[in-house]
Amino acid sequence: MSRRLRNRSVGGRTPARIFAALGDKTRLGLVAELSTGQPRSISQLTRGSRLSRQAITKHLRVLEKAEIVHSARAGRESRFELDPRPIDELKQYLEVVSKQWDQALARLKRFVEE
Amino acid sequence: MDSNSLEKRIELKAPVSRVWQALTDYREFGEWFLVKLENPFVPGRPSRGQLLYPGYEHLVMEIVVQKIEPERLFSYTWHPYAIDPKVDYSQESPTLVEFILEKTATGTLLVVRETGFDKLPASRRDEAFRKNSGGWEQQLVNIERYVQKTS
Repeated sequence: MSRRLRNRSVGGRTPARIFAALGDKTRLGLVAELSTGQPRSISQLTRGSRLSRQAITKHLRVLEKAEIVHSARAGRESRFELDPRPIDELKQYLEVVSKQWDQALARLKRFVEE
Repeated sequence: MDSNSLEKRIELKAPVSRVWQALTDYREFGEWFLVKLENPFVPGRPSRGQLLYPGYEHLVMEIVVQKIEPERLFSYTWHPYAIDPKVDYSQESPTLVEFILEKTATGTLLVVRETGFDKLPASRRDEAFRKNSGGWEQQLVNIERYVQKTS
């Protein structure tokens, strides 16, 4: 936005990044599968899909980068778990933008009607 | 409210010409939007200025004007709600804001539409969206429902 802010480090999850990570059918399927709250291994997630283990792993890494899922080692395999917070943040973000418009338009109304 | 766009409609008891001026004169825009813009609106050109909104005065807002179709359509792109100083918003696709004016018996109907919250990096945007053919939005609603239930 401002030039002052522009050169700061890139990091953290942002609405656009979360939206982008979710903008894929396979990844949405994985999110839906993990939304039961049960952690799942790559093998388990691959079983319910037509894609290769390698492809599923790639999609999980995208979700992990956006912090939508977390992985933890359980013995010899990684288990993936959904973190509902980024998706919740997305919803809150849209609500904030919506409220800001309501306020701005109320000011516009006063401004043109006075 | 739809998952990846916002639309607002408001009836204004003022003629279209008055509303048009309040939207497209950069000083008048700043009066109600609460921003001290430094440049007039010209299609294809940026206009930026310090926000005057209480609590956000340390931020600079920048819009890039897209269309100015007199008394009908005014649009610009920007990064909405870009308030986290740790985030580099310039790397992300901006959203498009459109103001559409329509004359009514009592004044003006103003429709404000903001779209593009779901923009992907341009390199893979088209493919992913063609594949999803609308299912994406419903999925997001489902996910939201799940999150509401569990949080």
